[in-house]
Amino acid sequence: MALHSRTTILSLPANATPAIEIVDLSLWYGKFQALHDVDLVIRSGIVTAMIGPSGCGKSTLLRSCNRINERLGYVTTTGTIKVLGHNIYDEEASRMQVRRQVGMVFQRPNPLPLSIRDNVLFGHRLHAVRRSSRADEEGMVEQALREVLLWDRVKDRLDRKATALSLEEQQKLCIARLLPTKPSVLLMDEPCSALDPEATSAVEDLIWDLRGNYSILIVTHNMAQARRASDECVFMLMGHVVEHTATERMFVAPKKQETSDYIEGRFG
Amino acid sequence: MAPSPLTGEPASAGQPPWAKALDHRDRGWWSDFAARTIVWLGGMSAILFIAAIFLFIATQGLEFMRHRLDIGAMLTGARWEPTVEPPVYGALPLIAGTAWITGVAMLIAIPLAFGAAIYIGEFARGKQREWLKIGIEMLAAIPSVVWGVIGLHVMKPIIQDVFGVQVGLNVLNAGIILGLMAAPIMATIAEDALKAVPDSYREAAEALGATRWQVVWKVVLPHARPGLSAAVLLGIGRAFGETIAVLMASGHRLMVPESIFDSAATLTATIAAELGEAAVGGDHYQMLFVLGLLLFVITFTINLLADWLVRGRRKSA
Ligand SMILES: Nc1ncnc2c1ncn2[C@@H]1O[C@H](COP(=O)(O)OP(=O)(O)OP(=O)(O)O)[C@@H](O)[C@H]1O
Ligand SMILES: [Mg+2]
Repeated sequence: MALHSRTTILSLPANATPAIEIVDLSLWYGKFQALHDVDLVIRSGIVTAMIGPSGCGKSTLLRSCNRINERLGYVTTTGTIKVLGHNIYDEEASRMQVRRQVGMVFQRPNPLPLSIRDNVLFGHRLHAVRRSSRADEEGMVEQALREVLLWDRVKDRLDRKATALSLEEQQKLCIARLLPTKPSVLLMDEPCSALDPEATSAVEDLIWDLRGNYSILIVTHNMAQARRASDECVFMLMGHVVEHTATERMFVAPKKQETSDYIEGRFG
Repeated sequence: MAPSPLTGEPASAGQPPWAKALDHRDRGWWSDFAARTIVWLGGMSAILFIAAIFLFIATQGLEFMRHRLDIGAMLTGARWEPTVEPPVYGALPLIAGTAWITGVAMLIAIPLAFGAAIYIGEFARGKQREWLKIGIEMLAAIPSVVWGVIGLHVMKPIIQDVFGVQVGLNVLNAGIILGLMAAPIMATIAEDALKAVPDSYREAAEALGATRWQVVWKVVLPHARPGLSAAVLLGIGRAFGETIAVLMASGHRLMVPESIFDSAATLTATIAAELGEAAVGGDHYQMLFVLGLLLFVITFTINLLADWLVRGRRKSA
């Protein structure tokens, strides 16, 4: 089976391979259990938003999907997460390969202290067996930057430090640098929370544009953002997934009492 | 008129009501003043001592330097024979000896120190990391005479056996000893430089699929380069200035060494060995102070450079 399909998946039948399939996932930071028996299926090719009060485990769940949580030596995980049908917690699975398939965008834009070009090519160069030709690299840089609508703004300064860009540009660059390794899933942890309103809507638009080509799982604190820029919505509470439905249904007619309490701002 | 809330006295016409309170020299003010003065004196004393030492060294050798010394000939002269008649003061053997030994020391210290720093900073975890750091600090605290004894009684036979050479006290021996002495402090500084690299860079690179090694190699080391250079420079400074251990391990032969198996002498060791015998105020005595000045200028430059690297780069970052 092809690892990543690039057709427009929005109209795929429900039995298509899910982007992410989480089964019975529990996670502990030391002795503290942050996730409790999470079961969750993220459909391919759409934007799924994760909402919930602070500390409910949204980031933790997201960070389990590319195993970046394991940077901390004291994390224990049980259960499985399948990305496009492959269990990433399998003994044989390589964390590096997983992260190539599953890109991540962080809360604070974190471009590497390298040039814009080297940032875009960083992931690609890590995995390339041989160094690509200069022309190939230039093509890759242009395509990735075009895809995030940054090309026209930075094409004349690709050799400048990426850390000198504005926050909005930095965050777009952080998305662009995921693209050359052709990931199928993009994880985003409050990607707009460090940005001003204008930049936020620019980045939101971008994320919405990427939908279809990538399966996107995005954590947000912003109800309005979840509502206008996601297809499905997951509500979490204290390490449990409480509800997972189509976004319009979640905000109009939530099934669970906790969900409606949260959405109406009664806690969190 | 309402009494001022701070002093309880009615406010006077011209001044705001709290002016008097600010000017009030109570016990708090005096203790604050005393503390500030002591701290200021402490800070100033560092500069004062440097200046005083520099002046002392410079004036001791000044008369000789101005009237009877050809600096060019001194720096390039290959014979250092202060006790024959007429004496010859060519410092090249000492400069070359210092350079050789420092060079060998760095070849040994840099891989050791950087290896240790990378392991401790990037790979070791928890308890192991703490123990390693303590170990390195203890290594740094070993008195140099102990290192000298190790050179004299441990390294010497090893070098003779391994390389099949007659003389075991030589550039290699002193270089190894100095390298081992300089490595701990270099490792500490290098580790600080690695620690200063924001963790978000590591996380970003790992999330892009980098292995731990790739993270170190492609992100951490390049970013920490100014600090690492400073570590090397300070190590060089340390190796330059070390005296007793080199004196014991180098064989102290006053000739330009031609290989690492030749004995050699350094600037510092020569000063230490000869100053006691030189007549105070005589040419030989003054000449040794000129060497001291040379040392001072070199180490001062190295330290300034290291400082500039760390600070200048940080400001521009
Ligand atoms: N590195 C860590 N070590 C220990 N506990 C942690 C760590 N990270 C998170 N936790 C705990 O795990 C729980 C879930 O945290 P998480 O960051 O996933 O929440 P979140 O939903 O993303 O919150 P926020 O909306 O504030 O980002 C919290 O109780 C938190 O205190
Ligand atoms: Mg979070």
